[in-house]
Amino acid sequence: MTSSNGRLNPTQSSDEPLMQRQPILELRNITKVFPGVKALTDVNFDCLRGEVHALVGENGAGKSTLLKILSGAYRPDGGHLAIGGREVHLRHPHDAQKYGISIIYQEFNLLAERTVAQNIFLGREPMRGWRVDARAMIDETRALLDDLGVDIDPRTQVNSLRMAQQQVVEIAKALSLNADVVLMDEPTAALSLYEVDNLLQLVQRLRERGITIVYISHRLEEVFRIADRVTVLKDGHWIATRPTAEVTQTELVGMMVGREISSYYPPRAKPADIGAPILEVRGLNVNNWLRDVSFQVKRGEILGISGLEGSGRTFLARTLFGAEKITHGEIYLNGQRQRFKNPYDAIQAGIGFITEDRKREGLALIMSIRKNMMLPSLDIRQALGFIQFRKESTLVEDLSKSLELHATEDTEVQNLSGGNQQKVVLAKWLATRAKLLIFDEPTRGIDVGAKASIHQLMRQMAAEGVGVIMISSELPEVLGMSDRLLVMRQGEIVGEFRGEDATETSIMKMATGVSQSEPQGAV
Amino acid sequence: MEAAPQVESRWTAGQVSGYLRRMGIFPILALLVVASSLFVPGFATPENIVNVFQRSVTLGLVSIGQTFAIICGSLDLSVGYSISTISVVTAIAMNNRTENIVPAVLIALAIGIIVGLVNGLIITKLKINAFIATLGTSLVLQGVLFSGFDNYAGKVPEVFQTLAYGEIAGIPLGVYLFLATALIAFLILRFTKFGYHLYAVGGNSDVSRLSGVRTDRVVIIAHILTGLGAALAAVVLIARLRAGGPLVGAGYDLDSISAVVVGGAPLAGGKGGVWGTVAGVLIVSILANVFNFLNVGAFAQDVLRGIVLIVAVAIYSYRSSR
Repeated sequence: MTSSNGRLNPTQSSDEPLMQRQPILELRNITKVFPGVKALTDVNFDCLRGEVHALVGENGAGKSTLLKILSGAYRPDGGHLAIGGREVHLRHPHDAQKYGISIIYQEFNLLAERTVAQNIFLGREPMRGWRVDARAMIDETRALLDDLGVDIDPRTQVNSLRMAQQQVVEIAKALSLNADVVLMDEPTAALSLYEVDNLLQLVQRLRERGITIVYISHRLEEVFRIADRVTVLKDGHWIATRPTAEVTQTELVGMMVGREISSYYPPRAKPADIGAPILEVRGLNVNNWLRDVSFQVKRGEILGISGLEGSGRTFLARTLFGAEKITHGEIYLNGQRQRFKNPYDAIQAGIGFITEDRKREGLALIMSIRKNMMLPSLDIRQALGFIQFRKESTLVEDLSKSLELHATEDTEVQNLSGGNQQKVVLAKWLATRAKLLIFDEPTRGIDVGAKASIHQLMRQMAAEGVGVIMISSELPEVLGMSDRLLVMRQGEIVGEFRGEDATETSIMKMATGVSQSEPQGAV
Repeated sequence: MEAAPQVESRWTAGQVSGYLRRMGIFPILALLVVASSLFVPGFATPENIVNVFQRSVTLGLVSIGQTFAIICGSLDLSVGYSISTISVVTAIAMNNRTENIVPAVLIALAIGIIVGLVNGLIITKLKINAFIATLGTSLVLQGVLFSGFDNYAGKVPEVFQTLAYGEIAGIPLGVYLFLATALIAFLILRFTKFGYHLYAVGGNSDVSRLSGVRTDRVVIIAHILTGLGAALAAVVLIARLRAGGPLVGAGYDLDSISAVVVGGAPLAGGKGGVWGTVAGVLIVSILANVFNFLNVGAFAQDVLRGIVLIVAVAIYSYRSSR
């Protein structure tokens, strides 16, 4: 399926040189603000008629936000959007559809209980008098799917389709809107390698039909295989737009990352401080999610886990915490084999999990600091099932003091800043006297000061003999904190670094799978 | 009874469970009918069957309406006091005069539509959970009603009572109304764009909105249809009782919701259908009928109905988890 230069007939769809073609989409100075975050700042973006335009950047760079603005799901707070040379305001996805733009989201947007045909024609069912013309719907769906070269019965209920088939249904749905522009947000994230190949061929066929495609992907090899041009976003800013033929993957990664590492991280552990393994994982497999994951966490060290979103980092953490069912593989804690059936078992064994979404999974927002802090360790302190209030009070006081949490214990957690909320989550697990703590995005959405004190605390706990695993999408954080660092991609551990040896570029290359395909995207 | 196990023994357990899943509530209804016919003397007579249907009419009409709300992921707790309110207003409007029948019935339908519209608007525009929104309107209706009436009110002309007591070919008129309403509801759900969108909104409101479905409108129309169901039930009730009253709708709120749920529509929405609801209603009526034959006391009946509701939903939950 690959031609000699690794790309599929990149200029077949038009005889004109790329640069002279009409822009079909033009974004000028687009700004989008969410409470507390500026997701996009003065972003300019042009997409030419008939091109495949890739959008790349780290997690949180603003790619998905940009796509949602193009699809009418978000309204920008500033800037202009023109389609086919005319300025437009998209208030609703419906508006974007009218201009021939349709979007395929990262999460599937299909109704599980309805059929393929019903899904594809949702919102614009063909009518025959007072009734929906089901036959026409099925026939047209079949034609559409045949056209895409897939064999799916339009009458199948969507929840009985495989992921890749559902993806195709999404694409068919987008095309059935007579879209000139199809926006795709990581369409390959959930697909197997073979399915990815089919999808890329499909994208290529759409391109040959003159359909413009804006394509977000973390997998750079895909970008080089199918895209004509690529735009890099970072921290909500536009960085560059280049023809893929004129840029190397290394340059691209450099543009995606390119920033200084700040130096406020506490010093790493000395080799002498690192002791025996606390956690040992051997050949861990979870169907479709984790493949042959083996590693150790040693006393005194912080183990960083890096990787793109969806690479299996969080899933690994959930598995260690007993929240996912292990297909096969072994987990040892302090040399003892563990078989967790649920998080309760894991907590009993001494594992704490600081989840990435503290508001949904980490805290009961309307409860007080004290109640939140004490929740997972109630069992340890109970006497005949009764809570020992006096013991609790001293413990809460001690924890607050050591975490520098300045708020009365009755304060509802929802009234605290992000940093203080995270301290409460930490205190929760400190109170359980955990032997192993797993931090998933420990400083997401937290101000610099609180960040530093949480980092300090993590280091201190490692020094006190608690095993520490840190998952983070923020490369400077992983680099600054980890004594040792694992990189995950597609459910596997693909690389290991010593903290001081790793660079953002080397991690990014490994996480995106670039390293095997240097220099210029030949797959 | 001896025939049943023999028939079943030719199937594997897997086949049976797959078949049951597809058939929803109907095998349970069939089983109930067969068992009642065999074990309850007097059940399987034509008169009693007609009686069961006759007793299903009002709950059936309300529950068919309720089905629309539940399929789109909403529900309506105000049907009980809607029925009471409509019964009082309509009976007073009739005022024992034949020429008032048509306008009074139109008033009844109009009130049903208005209550449904208000419920729908509160739920969609004020973004208030359906349980709370319809509980609120229900309390408002209740308060208004009891401030003016404490007993039967209005009078229904003789002719109008035909709706409750008249028969064609031995079958009461109300039963025709019930089945015709079910048929219309079926056609709406199965064949119209609104029906498609109703399931879509219940299945996933965001997906529907992003596909260009006007989700608010769908929910509002669903509630209007629920209100209409309540209005029809109220009209049949006053024909039967010859008057309206502030308590005639009592219990229809939760009874209709449980009939729909027993019929196979989860409260989360997106699934279910009118024949399931009809089966759910018939199951409730047959149980009441059988309990009466067997001289089961009213309180024990409540206990058994509660158990039936929980068992039915447990079966759905078990089936869908596999």
